[in-house]
Amino acid sequence: MTPMVEASGIHKSFGRTEVLRGIDLVVQPGEVCCIIGPSGSGKSTLLRCVNHLERIDAGRMRVDGKLIGYQETGGKLHELRESEVARQRRDIGMVFQRFNLFPHMTAAENVMEAPRTVLGTSRAAARKAADELLARVGLSARRDAYPGQLSGGQQQRVAIARALAMQPRLMLFDEPTSALDPELVGEVLDVMRGLAADGMTMLVVTHEMGFAREVGDSVVFMDEGVIVEEGAPRDVLSAPRHERTRSFLSKVL
Amino acid sequence: MTDPSGAVGSGRERQEIQAVPVRHPGRWVAVAVLAVLAAMLVHTVVTNERFGWDVVGQYLFSAPILNGLRNTLILTVLSMLIGIVGGVGLAVMRQSPNPIVSGAAATYIWLFRGTPLIAQLLFWNFLAALYPRLSLGIPFGPEFVSVDTNVLITQFAACLLGLGLNEAAYMAEIVRGGLLSVDRGQAEAAGALGMTRSQALRRIVLPQAMRVIVPPTGNETISMLKTTSLVVVIGYFELLTSAQRISNQNFQVIPLLIVAAFWYLVLTSLLTIGQGFVERRYGRGFVPDRPGSRLLTKAGTT
Repeated sequence: MTPMVEASGIHKSFGRTEVLRGIDLVVQPGEVCCIIGPSGSGKSTLLRCVNHLERIDAGRMRVDGKLIGYQETGGKLHELRESEVARQRRDIGMVFQRFNLFPHMTAAENVMEAPRTVLGTSRAAARKAADELLARVGLSARRDAYPGQLSGGQQQRVAIARALAMQPRLMLFDEPTSALDPELVGEVLDVMRGLAADGMTMLVVTHEMGFAREVGDSVVFMDEGVIVEEGAPRDVLSAPRHERTRSFLSKVL
Repeated sequence: MTDPSGAVGSGRERQEIQAVPVRHPGRWVAVAVLAVLAAMLVHTVVTNERFGWDVVGQYLFSAPILNGLRNTLILTVLSMLIGIVGGVGLAVMRQSPNPIVSGAAATYIWLFRGTPLIAQLLFWNFLAALYPRLSLGIPFGPEFVSVDTNVLITQFAACLLGLGLNEAAYMAEIVRGGLLSVDRGQAEAAGALGMTRSQALRRIVLPQAMRVIVPPTGNETISMLKTTSLVVVIGYFELLTSAQRISNQNFQVIPLLIVAAFWYLVLTSLLTIGQGFVERRYGRGFVPDRPGSRLLTKAGTT
């Protein structure tokens, strides 16, 4: 089976700081992989490399067997055109820490936007799909509300629906609950739990250890740009083998 | 914490505040002073016959004035159109990752903001002195079309080139400011959904930037209304020139200035109203929602 995500030897620097120092990671289709680690460990950067929001300096990133951002012909790498990168991103949904909803559009318009603009879906079809997706995240009643009129939890659920509207095969979550008031975290995690149950492949950067333990098929602990430890949640979270993992978990649990 | 009766808190009786409001004697003094000044103004405007209100009435709708008004309108609309379209293009070029493209835009802005508009108007008008013929062809190669510069660049065309190309430089900076005001996360979210850079610009970034772009653009348009009077230096005419031509003949300077001022005020008022509509259009999701929504979520969570 082709892995959904296959990162090998990923390096990434911002100026002189090397943020990723040789990452190898494999995520199988249908797998929920949670990335944990202290801030500045490079987990968000790794996630952003998966859909080429960040350009990698070394290594290969493959999604569903296809090289991301480049094309390999005759043993030589060719950079992809902007439109080709955009095409690759259609299949990869992303949810941001700060939601990044389009503030000048209603919830329904946010969900309809990408199918309309990118795929040229008809207004009626896009509207129907948006209604179904908003129902799925429990927000049918707020379809005509602007993001500024929604709570953080509601905004993040709209953002998930917006990403799902492109029918992605992979979903990336970049700390989806970190900007939320504590009592709003649950509603977003519930939606993500539902997605995982439906078999979506998910790569989740998170600080929610409970979610990682309960929903994750695998947990990756990153520190200082490398993967320190990875495995089943009960192993990594309950019986960490590395001192760095242990000291991190003792601080967050 | 609310009980069904609607009373809140400890159950003690609610003590309505009945305080004496702060007095503002200063405001009354100001009102009195302003009232006297206004009365004086009205008095002098009505009694001083050198305002020549009969002359004002005589020329307000006269053919030369209306012709000038028409030219002012046409020049303003067309040069603002050139300015806005050119400004958006320059602003997008300025943001380009290609240093040659962004450098070219920066140079254009530097040149056109750095030289006087009057000089630019004169330059376009006397372009024929520099290039008697304009031709389209391959450099050092054959020419395909060739025209007499004075035929192509009429006075009117020189006015549009001067006003429009100059305005584009200023609009470029206004548009760039607007683009910069939109959070980077918006373009990223659009990109993550599979939109190309130009789709993201058109659908996501520019509509949000408009909120910041519209007010200064209104300013520019109102300013352009009056800047068009500079075209007199190359012999063209608009509202103010028409008024002055008349007063040069009948020596009724003040009444004709009032005629011109009246029409400028009418146009400015119309533009101000129009700007309000445009601002409301692009304020969608922003204007009434922000403070209210904060209160709503607060109330919902506590």
